[in-house]
Amino acid sequence: MTYRNIICDVVPFTGHNGETGEAYYARPAGPGPFPSVVLIHHVPGWNEFCIEAARKLAHHGFATICNNLYFRMGDGDPDDIGARARADGGVSDEQMLGDVSGAMAFLRAQSNSNGKVGVIGFCSGGRQTYLSACRLPNVDAAVDCWGGRVMADPAALNAKQPVAPIDYSKDLNCPLLGLFGNEDKEPSPEQVNKTEAILKDLGKNYEFHRYDGAGHAFFDWSRPSYRPEQAVDGWKKVIDFFNKNLA
Amino acid sequence: MCSYITEKAPIFGSAKGRNGWMRVDTAVVYYDHPVHVPLDHALNIDFVDSRSKERVAVELSAASARELVRRIQAALDSGDAIHLGSGEEDPLHLARAM
Repeated sequence: MTYRNIICDVVPFTGHNGETGEAYYARPAGPGPFPSVVLIHHVPGWNEFCIEAARKLAHHGFATICNNLYFRMGDGDPDDIGARARADGGVSDEQMLGDVSGAMAFLRAQSNSNGKVGVIGFCSGGRQTYLSACRLPNVDAAVDCWGGRVMADPAALNAKQPVAPIDYSKDLNCPLLGLFGNEDKEPSPEQVNKTEAILKDLGKNYEFHRYDGAGHAFFDWSRPSYRPEQAVDGWKKVIDFFNKNLA
Repeated sequence: MCSYITEKAPIFGSAKGRNGWMRVDTAVVYYDHPVHVPLDHALNIDFVDSRSKERVAVELSAASARELVRRIQAALDSGDAIHLGSGEEDPLHLARAM
């Protein structure tokens, strides 16, 4: 079911350590009850692609919040704030988990929520989605879109990202959808295969889809990596997965 | 790659940004997704004033960046040949010595 009437606002939410941040909140108009989704933005920041993706999910009936992971970095153009975050080594996994948890609480507190909340993320947000699905106790469904560094070289770990998400796989406690491009380098098809093998061994509920002719970020219409055919199919899989697991 | 892997260099210089000229004290260099140049990956440089947080950003193809490295080195070498011994001390060296 789709909703032509949607409502979009920038709203305050309570994130990690009780700090108040800003979030884009797009939801279908109407009494509901609606399932909800937290959309985790990518390294470049709280930008137009992620905001538009939130509106797309709202169009398909999901009350979607895209919280700005960089709200502590000050105001400015999303790309400038993203550059500041990068120079600062990014956000820590603990802080990110606190913010996603706060965004989930915001969604569940809405009077027209059906109580179920999924998480989706793109690129670095895919990694953070995988981590959220393993570390947070109340995620009902998760979609990892080409999350890089789920499997991380130990040399790439640091104080802010101290543990590779794959090492938490035994704690994955919700259905997981993964979408990947076979021409991607991060994650490479080999890394995706290894991740799948681990999930299979652990008996986890997952489904992975791999796309030929696509690399990284093939949903992003603003970049040369955009692959319309694969993106249309991928979005359909996302919507179907959330309908199945959050309705 | 979508990583936070960066190289940071202390610099002494100026750059012209949206509000005119400003001092810049840090160059942040990374090879990752660019915002504007139509490439999946690019060599990106932010020239940053750490006090105001303002930056001047450049996104280059890998081959362009390597060519730029060569040209910068060539320009520095010819500059050294002409101006070596002029007595002008680089403020970056002075700052490091302090």
